[in-house]
Amino acid sequence: MKLVLNKDVMSIEKEQDVVPFRNRVKEYAVKIGMSLVNQTKLITAASELVRNMLKYGGGGVTIIEVISQGRDNGIRLVFQDKGPGIKDISLAMKDGYSSGKSLGIGLPGAKRLVNEFDIKSTLGEGTTVSIIKWKNG
Amino acid sequence: MERIPILRMGKFLLVTIQIDLYDRLATNLEADLVQMVNKTGARGVLIDISALSIVDSFMGRILGNIGSMSKIMDAETVVVGMQPAVAITLIELGLELKGVHTALNVEKGMELLKTRIDAEDEEIIEEEDEAGTE
Ligand SMILES: Nc1ncnc2c1ncn2[C@@H]1O[C@H](COP(=O)(O)OP(=O)(O)OP(=O)(O)O)[C@@H](O)[C@H]1O
Ligand SMILES: [Mg+2]
Repeated sequence: MKLVLNKDVMSIEKEQDVVPFRNRVKEYAVKIGMSLVNQTKLITAASELVRNMLKYGGGGVTIIEVISQGRDNGIRLVFQDKGPGIKDISLAMKDGYSSGKSLGIGLPGAKRLVNEFDIKSTLGEGTTVSIIKWKNG
Repeated sequence: MERIPILRMGKFLLVTIQIDLYDRLATNLEADLVQMVNKTGARGVLIDISALSIVDSFMGRILGNIGSMSKIMDAETVVVGMQPAVAITLIELGLELKGVHTALNVEKGMELLKTRIDAEDEEIIEEEDEAGTE
């Protein structure tokens, strides 16, 4: 069972919100004593997802949580937008697929960088991505 | 508007990124650098990213763009000082820094630029010689 120890909500509306959001994630990761490499992986994944939310979802809300499961602590991040949604999730998760003429590594790369990755999307309603990075994961 | 200073040192342009960049700052840097290479005829661009705590696909693309556009104008780009945690993360993310060289620190980066440029100049001289003997 995962327990939520601490919760923070930040809304992301513009490009200038990205760096403060990353800094907030870092604060929490440091607070639970996450290693520098894991912090860097988590923040990089977060940066990719928050960018997608801005670029494709028109902005949205992020939730930062400190969670615990057994002996391990971790950070869960949720990215929620009310954008157009994703038609084909398995296509969007492929390395190199981009509808925006970009590199197409944001989603698959973010998945590789964390321990748990979940994406849900409904056309016309929006997209929610949640990730977990364990302190010792 | 806030901008990142670009230093000129002989044939080289030097940039030290001291903070995690806002996107606008990063795109400005790309534009400024490309313009400076063009204006000064610089042969090398050295970017010190030791203060960057993360490089995501956006920043990676900016660095790649600087590298490939400088290349078109006959300048080599070297990125120095990448933190080990950042390097490990980039590999897992799947981002290749195409079109740029990497080096451990500013000193090594300068050496690399110098040897690359000398090698290129020699090639040009050789080509000219060959053309001359024909
Ligand atoms: N929040 C979102 N809402 C709607 N579509 C999305 C969202 N996130 C991603 N997508 C879609 O999934 C595709 C793949 O996303 P991914 O982040 O992997 O690549 P990208 O953003 O296009 O390129 P990169 O992240 O490498 O710059 C996007 O091109 C877009 O079509
Ligand atoms: Mg993306």
